[in-house]
Amino acid sequence: MSELRKVNVDGKEIEVPGHYTLMQACEEAGAEIPRFCYHERLSVAGNCRMCLVEWVGAPKPMASCAMSVNDLRPNRDGTPANIRTDSAVVKKAREGVMEFLLINHPLDCPICDQGGECDLQDQAMGYGRGRTRYDEPKRAVEEKNMGPLVKTNMTRCIQCTRCVRFISEVAGVEELGLVNRGENAEITTYLQANLTSELSGNVIDLCPVGALTSRPYAFNARPWELVKTESVDVMDAVGSNIRVDSRGSEVMRILPRNNDDVNEEWISDKTRFVWDGLKRQRLDKPFVRKNDKLVPASWGEALDVVAKRLKGDPERMAAIAGDLCDMESMKALKDLMGSLGVTSLDCRQDGAAIGGQGNGQGREGYLFNSGIAGIDKADAILLIGTNPRMEAPIINARIRGVWLHGEADIGVIGQAADLTYPYEHLGTGPADIAAFAKKRGGFAARFKKAKNPMIIVGMGALSRPDGAQVLREVGELAAKMKIVREDWNGFNVLHTAAARVGGLDIGFIPTNGGKNTDDILIAAKAGEIDTVYLLGADEIDMSALGKAFVIYQGSHGDAGAHRADVILPGAAYTEKDGLYTNTEGRMQDGFRSVFPKGEAREDWAILRALSDTLERTLPYDDLEGLRATIRRPDASAFDPAKLGKSGKVTGKAFASPVTDHYLTNPIARASAVMAACAANTLGVREAAE
Amino acid sequence: MSGRHLAKEQPDSFAFSKEGESQAKYWIAKYPDGKQRSAVIPLLWIAQKDNGGWLSEPAMRTVGDRLGMAHIRVLEVATFYTMFKLEPVGEHLIQVCGTTPCMLRGSGDIIKVCKNRIGEKNTISADGKFTWEEVECLGACVNAPMVQISNTSGDHYYEDLDEAAMEKLLGDLAAGKAVKDGPQNGRKTSEPLGGALTLSDKSLYNGARAKPLKSIPNAPKLAKKAAPKKGTKK
Repeated sequence: MSELRKVNVDGKEIEVPGHYTLMQACEEAGAEIPRFCYHERLSVAGNCRMCLVEWVGAPKPMASCAMSVNDLRPNRDGTPANIRTDSAVVKKAREGVMEFLLINHPLDCPICDQGGECDLQDQAMGYGRGRTRYDEPKRAVEEKNMGPLVKTNMTRCIQCTRCVRFISEVAGVEELGLVNRGENAEITTYLQANLTSELSGNVIDLCPVGALTSRPYAFNARPWELVKTESVDVMDAVGSNIRVDSRGSEVMRILPRNNDDVNEEWISDKTRFVWDGLKRQRLDKPFVRKNDKLVPASWGEALDVVAKRLKGDPERMAAIAGDLCDMESMKALKDLMGSLGVTSLDCRQDGAAIGGQGNGQGREGYLFNSGIAGIDKADAILLIGTNPRMEAPIINARIRGVWLHGEADIGVIGQAADLTYPYEHLGTGPADIAAFAKKRGGFAARFKKAKNPMIIVGMGALSRPDGAQVLREVGELAAKMKIVREDWNGFNVLHTAAARVGGLDIGFIPTNGGKNTDDILIAAKAGEIDTVYLLGADEIDMSALGKAFVIYQGSHGDAGAHRADVILPGAAYTEKDGLYTNTEGRMQDGFRSVFPKGEAREDWAILRALSDTLERTLPYDDLEGLRATIRRPDASAFDPAKLGKSGKVTGKAFASPVTDHYLTNPIARASAVMAACAANTLGVREAAE
Repeated sequence: MSGRHLAKEQPDSFAFSKEGESQAKYWIAKYPDGKQRSAVIPLLWIAQKDNGGWLSEPAMRTVGDRLGMAHIRVLEVATFYTMFKLEPVGEHLIQVCGTTPCMLRGSGDIIKVCKNRIGEKNTISADGKFTWEEVECLGACVNAPMVQISNTSGDHYYEDLDEAAMEKLLGDLAAGKAVKDGPQNGRKTSEPLGGALTLSDKSLYNGARAKPLKSIPNAPKLAKKAAPKKGTKK
């Protein structure tokens, strides 16, 4: 980008690219610069003045976040410019800024939720004077409503405007602003409307003080009481890296972890606030249906009932895995069913036409091949049958990011939804895919010329009766546009379920003429299948199961548990160690943060115990042994033109499978916070209509 | 100084007047495509004039929608600049300059008149005619003290005021009588009271003292040659 420039930081000469800010240069040299308003992933505001450094010879200290190394000129004798971060000038400047910030900041740290993890607290300790000289009254600011997630305490606000910049730039909804001026400046939404972004919770992390805090977590715990467990999110197929904070047996909150390749440092509101769903509607002991009523049973009793059923005709049995399953439990269930001779297995509750026999296209046929970070390199993105804002807000923010920096054009075939960035709407249904290939001008022309074109196809296009045919159309388009090359693979499938890629990877799909989800349901209704094992599967139509005997293993009392004849209480994702493979095929470790509720057990252990009762003991005694049997499918040649099945597509328009972003899985449906969010967006949607 | 807030009672809607509409178009056309939001301040100003001197919430929304801006961005601008009134004002908005020169020349008396006649600042007088506020320098210190009065006929300066002149001014405005803007004590613009005292010699202006110039300093040397002939090209 620009050539290297020499600069002298605290007597240490370093060489950095000229476009670096002084702050970056100082950090390169190992100096620590305090800051409030500056944030790596947001635009530079330069209004907190905490990052002042001394440029020897300059009349005043410089805001190091807003000045670049290129702006420095060398000393008169030709030596590189001297920057000091440890001089008396800098110390005095920092103390001055800190004193001004604290003039109007209340001394309510003991009752503030940010206490213990507050930038202002830390920096006041590190760089402040330690004593106040201010006797005048402090200003007080009215609280502002920002919706069910973000609690405000605006008297504490130091006007760094990080939240305003995040909501406008990353979340892409211009809803926050700084109104009035000077000492009356206040952060607010327009007429105190609720925030409508799916990423709004991130302003809580960004806020360097306690002005914006988590409403559901308010007054619940102190950061130093919490046990922190690094884990992986399962709310969508992104696999956001999270940190689960727990106290005793309770998950108290969920925070993001930094992973530049996946979620950067953001997480969606669903990921962040779903934890109250982990405390409600839990299955904490086995149940067996007697006289049409579910009654509590012992583990031995429940397993005996299940084992008896599973000793029947394997042709008349089926298993369906849900969207939140870890790979180990799916592998254990697959192995168990395999040993019984059951062939009707499926991990695709929505009937998506991906993976499995007939397609024969290895992993690439169902992966987000460019990787989430690959979006940054794309210069033309075609979205087919997907609404990433609803299905994977983190990926949507990434797409918005490349659009914002002017590097990508976006086209959509499918619903014309508000994605927070402008796009060319190229049609609504499968017929428009072929038509797009013939189009000239506009986005189509730019797509053909693009260096790194990208197609993102969603479950709205693939989980329909003609999904396989649509997949073929998309594959042919990808082949025609030469999207899959040696150095670039822009064929991307965006999943909606965290378990999906893992399930496909271990082959949790019908084998040897077995039935897929749709056929299992049809057969069950017709009475051809009389035992169905649901591993956390709640999204299928339970009424279609007919008179079948349903075994439900899962963590929440949702649709599956209501229909079940036997309930085996399992663990939610925060209660077990597990492997999850995200939509790009990245396998990540989730770790147990708290123990399963009541008598519930980790899911693979339940299946292991069941195999014992069945006298078909699975060949592993611990998680390590089980993991050793999990392998990725072997790499095979990938030809997008051979994906799916050829055939006629229907004219039906694509519709996103995610109709209510906040209520897509049993944990979210059990959460009161998610219900409030759903009601909030519902209100907005109705008002807009 | 307390923070400025939107008025508690808001009208249901706002629409630009015919003239406001054409002015808005003129301002929007000044900016290149995609940069229409640059016209937010002129449009808010036009909207304020069309709305009886203050900005209602529907007016801000109208401006935002017209420029393709988020409403919060319009609110930010409208609350930042004190020239935008967020609450209804009287028929005449009186802005009394209270900065040092005016203060030394008696703006305190003007404020006293306002308080007596109208009431507290930023309130509407009982008859609905006036609202007054104190502002910083309006750039007419030479005619201090002064006020600016805004109404449907525009923004006018009334200068060289004293208590009596201010009383009369307010009385005339309230009665709907025509008032003359500028100095109220007989001065002509910023000349001394009673007329100019210097540079009054007529010969300064009638050319009687003119002398021919030998040369004009720094002027290019006049070419001695005649102008190039017509029709020749280089």
